[in-house]
Amino acid sequence: MLSLNKVSKVFDAGTVNEKYAVKNLSAAFAKGDFVTIIGSNGAGKSSILNLIAGVYFPEEGTITLDGADITRTPEYRRADRISRVFQDPMVGTASDMWLEENLALAYRRGKRRGLRWGITETEREFFIEKLKPLGLGLEKRLSVKTGLLSGGQRQALTLLMASFNNPSLLLLDEHTAALDPGTAGKVLELTEQIVAENELTTLMVTHNMKDAIAYGNRLIMLSAGNILLDISGEEKQHLTVTDLMQRFADLSGEELDNDELLLTS
Amino acid sequence: MGFSLGSFLRSCPGAIAQGIIYGIMAMGVIVSYRILNYSDLTVDSSLCTGGAVTATLITAGVSPVVSLMCALAAGLVAGTVTGLLHTALKIPAILSGILTQLALYSINLRIMGKPNVTLLNTELLISLRNIPRAILIGGIFALSVIAVMYLFFGTEIGCSIRATGSNEKMARAQGINTSFNKVLALSVSNGITALAGGLIAQYQGYCDINMGRGTIVIALASIIIGEAIFSRVIETSKVSFAVRLFSAVFGAGVYYLVITAVLQAGLNTSDLKLFSAAVVAVVLSLPHLKTVKKGKVRNDAKPE
Ligand SMILES: Nc1ncnc2c1ncn2[C@@H]1O[C@H](COP(=O)(O)OP(=O)(O)OP(=O)(O)O)[C@@H](O)[C@H]1O
Ligand SMILES: [Mg+2]
Repeated sequence: MLSLNKVSKVFDAGTVNEKYAVKNLSAAFAKGDFVTIIGSNGAGKSSILNLIAGVYFPEEGTITLDGADITRTPEYRRADRISRVFQDPMVGTASDMWLEENLALAYRRGKRRGLRWGITETEREFFIEKLKPLGLGLEKRLSVKTGLLSGGQRQALTLLMASFNNPSLLLLDEHTAALDPGTAGKVLELTEQIVAENELTTLMVTHNMKDAIAYGNRLIMLSAGNILLDISGEEKQHLTVTDLMQRFADLSGEELDNDELLLTS
Repeated sequence: MGFSLGSFLRSCPGAIAQGIIYGIMAMGVIVSYRILNYSDLTVDSSLCTGGAVTATLITAGVSPVVSLMCALAAGLVAGTVTGLLHTALKIPAILSGILTQLALYSINLRIMGKPNVTLLNTELLISLRNIPRAILIGGIFALSVIAVMYLFFGTEIGCSIRATGSNEKMARAQGINTSFNKVLALSVSNGITALAGGLIAQYQGYCDINMGRGTIVIALASIIIGEAIFSRVIETSKVSFAVRLFSAVFGAGVYYLVITAVLQAGLNTSDLKLFSAAVVAVVLSLPHLKTVKKGKVRNDAKPE
């Protein structure tokens, strides 16, 4: 469904700062997969998500989604099938637009935008129905500017926006990292709920090993721009944090830095 | 000669008429400066382009209304050029505007064929020969621009332009072609500015190659004065954007009343631009100065 074929991304090529953020990486993901991605700082997690989303293009390799080559499709044109939630809660919404306007923008993702009014009454009702289950009371605040919402509220809203229009793929890049532990837990629960409800194929980057083990059906550990570990199915279900650290040490010959990958939530 | 209330009052209607027409220009600048978050300097020349097109066409016998439509079209093209320089050729925002502005200077001279075109003894839509009528016609134009802009920025495409200005990353993630939207918005912004330029040329009865120098400063002054006066309504209103547009026209009126007053009080006309620049510098720095006073100095504070 999504496949990366020998993909490489180099930054500052040809200079002393040349850096392979992703190096010759190949991977295939099946429809309905919920993949958690871990790795230390600079391992290339965000770079991979950005390549898939089209923020920038790879120097080498190809990316296909639903059978179509999207390697060089502009970001805004793949947004109809790929939706995202970012680490920084500020990035997911237009902060000086109303909550309902943000939802209406997301509702038109992948559709032609013309001279019709930006939001309709039926949509407003639909949004209210969708906001209620979040349990944040946002359904009563349709005309609040999203800049005034808390980080957790904004991430919940961005998640809801990302679920509109049946995307083929949901990309989450440490979307709970900027939240306090309690809120992070709620947003994660909500993530699982929205993913299940809409049967979304999901790639979720996290710094939290426990979350990486607890969520999803497949776990990928990245190191130096490539896949170090790829665990799924039965094996993933029985995985523990200690196993994971041991296997990292065996493979890479170094200890995993406890500070970099959070062990507790 | 000191300040005379009587002569100031006699000058007020003229100042108001001018304020309304420049207010239309300020609404054009709102599109770039407030919606797109883009400091577009093209307007300093596209205002004159509008004036040049209008004056030249009227001299050639074209009707004042048709000539205004042509001015609008010329402004749309000018803004498109700036937009393309920025998006397609990746030239930084300010520089894209400066390049078009400079190029337009030559183009404006080409359009007029000389540095100055006067509109004598011709039927005009709006003129200082009849100030009450000028206020009425200017007011109708201003209200129409407010209505059209309010409706446009409420449409799907208008909302997507606002999203582009508010948060480009988010906009792209929602499938919005941000480059196209920037070109479109800059085009609309300069179109409105050129329309105002056409009205100004008719109002004052001539177009001069130097007309429009400092437009951006007048626009910013009008926008900021208007926002200061209407801040609460802009915050709370259901039609906040329409209020914001109206506030810019109001702000332009206040600006021209102040200018008229200081001229009456003896300020030399040639010092006017220095005065305007100083006023705008003070107004723009007010938010920062306020925080300094409260002791919350932030050296990284960016100008709005
Ligand atoms: N725009 C860029 N320009 C230059 N180098 C970059 C850029 N983006 C990423 N890199 C480099 O590429 C490497 C991978 O970065 P990436 O952001 O993908 O890491 P990450 O796994 O997401 O790390 P983190 O856990 O810190 O978010 C890093 O060495 C980083 O410095
Ligand atoms: Mg990252």
